[in-house]
Amino acid sequence: MTSMSKPLIDKHLKKNKLGLTIRDYEGGMSTLCAGCGHDSVTAALVQAFWELSLAPESAAKVSGIGCSSKTTAYFMGQSSGINCVHGRMPSVATGANAVNGDLHYIGISGDGDSLSIGFGQFAHAMRRNLNMLYIIENNGVYGLTKGQFSAAADIGTKSKRGIVNEQPPIDPCVQALTLGAGFVGRAFSGDKSQLVPLIQAGLMHKGFAVIDVISPCVTFNDHKGSTKSYAHTFKYYHPMIHADFVAHADEITGDYSKDGVMDVTLHDGGMLRLRKTGDDYDPRDRGQAIETLMNPSDEAAIRTGLLYLNEDMAEMHDANALPDTPLNKLPFDTLNPGRAALASLQKRYR
Amino acid sequence: MPGIHPARVPAHGGSMKPTDTNDPDYFHKVVDCQWACPAHTPVPEYIRLIAQGRYTDAYMLNRRSNVFPGILGRVCDRPCEPACRRTRVEDEPVAICRLKRVAADHRDEVKDLISQKPETTNGRKIALIGAGPASLTVANDLAPLGYECTIFEAMHRPGGLMISNIPSFRLPEEVLDEEIDYILDMGVELKTNHRIDSLKALVDEGYDAVFVGSGAPKGKDLNLEGREEADANIHIGIDWLESVAFEHIDKIGEKVLIIGVGNTAMDCCRSSLRLGSTDVKVMARKPRNFFKASPWELEDAEDENIEILVNHSPKRFVLEGGKLVGMEFELMEYDLDEAGNITDTRNAGTTIIPCDDVILAIGQENSFPWIERDMGIEFGKWDMPVVDETTHQSSLPQVFFGGDAAFGPKNIIWAVEHGHQTAISIHKHCEGQSVADRPARGVNLQSAKMGVNEWRYSNAFDASQRRDMETVELVNRFKDLKTEVELGFSAEQMATEVQRCLNCDVQTVFEAPLCKECDACIDICPVDCLTMTDNGEEADLRTRLKLPSTNTDQALYVSAPLPDTGRVMVKDEDLCLHCGLCAERCPTAAWDMQDATIFIPHVTSDDRETANPVAAE
Repeated sequence: MTSMSKPLIDKHLKKNKLGLTIRDYEGGMSTLCAGCGHDSVTAALVQAFWELSLAPESAAKVSGIGCSSKTTAYFMGQSSGINCVHGRMPSVATGANAVNGDLHYIGISGDGDSLSIGFGQFAHAMRRNLNMLYIIENNGVYGLTKGQFSAAADIGTKSKRGIVNEQPPIDPCVQALTLGAGFVGRAFSGDKSQLVPLIQAGLMHKGFAVIDVISPCVTFNDHKGSTKSYAHTFKYYHPMIHADFVAHADEITGDYSKDGVMDVTLHDGGMLRLRKTGDDYDPRDRGQAIETLMNPSDEAAIRTGLLYLNEDMAEMHDANALPDTPLNKLPFDTLNPGRAALASLQKRYR
Repeated sequence: MPGIHPARVPAHGGSMKPTDTNDPDYFHKVVDCQWACPAHTPVPEYIRLIAQGRYTDAYMLNRRSNVFPGILGRVCDRPCEPACRRTRVEDEPVAICRLKRVAADHRDEVKDLISQKPETTNGRKIALIGAGPASLTVANDLAPLGYECTIFEAMHRPGGLMISNIPSFRLPEEVLDEEIDYILDMGVELKTNHRIDSLKALVDEGYDAVFVGSGAPKGKDLNLEGREEADANIHIGIDWLESVAFEHIDKIGEKVLIIGVGNTAMDCCRSSLRLGSTDVKVMARKPRNFFKASPWELEDAEDENIEILVNHSPKRFVLEGGKLVGMEFELMEYDLDEAGNITDTRNAGTTIIPCDDVILAIGQENSFPWIERDMGIEFGKWDMPVVDETTHQSSLPQVFFGGDAAFGPKNIIWAVEHGHQTAISIHKHCEGQSVADRPARGVNLQSAKMGVNEWRYSNAFDASQRRDMETVELVNRFKDLKTEVELGFSAEQMATEVQRCLNCDVQTVFEAPLCKECDACIDICPVDCLTMTDNGEEADLRTRLKLPSTNTDQALYVSAPLPDTGRVMVKDEDLCLHCGLCAERCPTAAWDMQDATIFIPHVTSDDRETANPVAAE
């Protein structure tokens, strides 16, 4: 909490293509603990939307329960959102997306919301290839209930009171790869230079994009011996590949060497420019991605970046032949074709 | 390669050293108003006192550095206001000068708080020439130490240009007299109607030190065709103002032309309106952005329907029957470059403007016919005495110069600062110490934290426009030369205006070893003044900040390397509003808001204070 809201001073700020400053993409003042990683993820989302010049009211923010799930109130204050039942955000997102595919769906979840109570929902959202950006703000603890280990806690990590975790963690990225998600990334709240382009690419990816963001809990899991602390993450931080998102309308410039550069065109015409960071890693190879995460050569390294990308999968609307027009924009006659149409439909089942 | 990579090799050869916040000047420069003030008045500190209703304390804090808060609260040249940080986010600075007047207007009796005449003197005699702000400040600083100060004044009353050149509708005589009396009551002897005609004779009387604070008393003349013949209706600005002040002149013609567009011209034109003129024009040779007058003085004059004509260069005085009837001007045309400098000048004909009187306000100069050139005081360029800029000592060790007499016309607040510095020099000279060895400045930092997100200052940024001071209605202004135009701030105006101060003296202080690099401060900063990045040379670093840093007059605050990544925290001091949100969002108190008291030594300062400003507890 802070004593006051962030004052609006925009004299010095640049404007994007819509003539808006980055401040137009902010939301309410955060009530999370000072230093929470989640606030950095919020700031990264604000920056990503502003840079892409997406309308501030064009997002649909969905979340479940938890510290992470509170953050949808802190960005894109002009967009709609829902804070729904614990772990049930994917169902609500599916319903909303089915009737209005025009919005940018952003699900904000945590390791508890997605990997414990909502694990089944998380899996089926991927199976359906729901067109959304799904961010897991992963801090390895249940912060809202005072710091118990979550399903993402690593073996050997210590709680604030010195208890060592013995149970193996669920790696959301491995799960996403095996369940067939088309866009899988991992990032760290402390490095926006990686997180912002990943968010932008995830937003533009047509289908389910999951980013597991290591987002330290400054109150319950930022001590010595924790494997989700700022210090630990900085120490073992290992970007596999660097992604730059180049929006469709932007001129593609840059004079860096073509060596090690992979350009991937996204569905909307935007482009991902991937640059190698030393590892021989191709994020279009799912086998290599799973192998790298499950059998790492260096156990300690925290592998981050765009881990997997597949642009050739049909998202939910395409696979199920759902109407392109949002239901709220369809004329009443189309939406409700009348008794005769119902009767002829029912006839098929007699 | 952007981003954080533990294995990365520093890409840049050189790098900036961590900022030394113990350097007394470092945080002082951040307090733009205090740094810009020649006497370094602690502006935010006294504004906070005003906000708390502690007017007497605010007055005394002011008096310590600027000696004449009531006078300066009306007529200061206000170098603080253009420097004010508020102009980074809004058009108008805090009304610093007018808040100073609030402290003076609302103070209680302060006589007991001001140094009194000491019981015994130290036997040292100091002669001060001219009873203007410079001499009065020297006396103010030295008399309490026991020095026997004698001020010699040519006019019949003290004040110097403060009485002779500033009209009483801007500065009432009571205000002037009261603040001068505080000093005279310290046992300072004043000899009025006592013009010094020979410095040599005065020095030979055996004073331990002589201070020349006689001002720049000679107004410039304009020797054009017709000047001598029309002499009866052509006046030198500062002499004319003096005659008006001392009631030797009580009227002027209906149509008056003022030549020149500095602050003296503004006083001349406004005085003319009060002496019966109905049509006063100020004639400027150049376009508006070359005007020397302060913007607020121009505004005050224009509010009284003074017309200012630009691009008129005086050519000759026009006479009819031996009497002034007008003045001929050349009409000028200027080509300006993008920076506003004149690149070419053309003459586009002439015009004659009728008038009854002309007042010349085109500057003033020094004049020392009474200083013998063979007495050991070296004179240099423009026949000005050679004076050390720091010590104010002339080449004759016991003779010191200050105010306009030292380096040409400046303003009251500079004269005060000259007085403070000269008092230090005179004391050292009398004690047989080196005058060049100056007492050190200091800085004392004290956390402003009171509790969780509670600070000893009001940190909420309040977007609000500068309050305009109420003035006497135009019709009532001109009835009497002595009606003060500005009425002072009302309680409501004052309450709003004090909140506009950004408390720049409450500094953001960063402890690198405590930082977790969580980005919270960077995300919350409303002006994007913070960046964590690789260290580098200053010029390179300035291009790599969250917002490019263009104002190189303001420092970059660079931390020691951060524990986890070796990056540095960089703060662009130019942008910061001191709102303290970084400190509120910091989980480890690596950022703290600390009240920086800048210690500016005076001769009356305690020696121990001077050497070691008290450390924060």
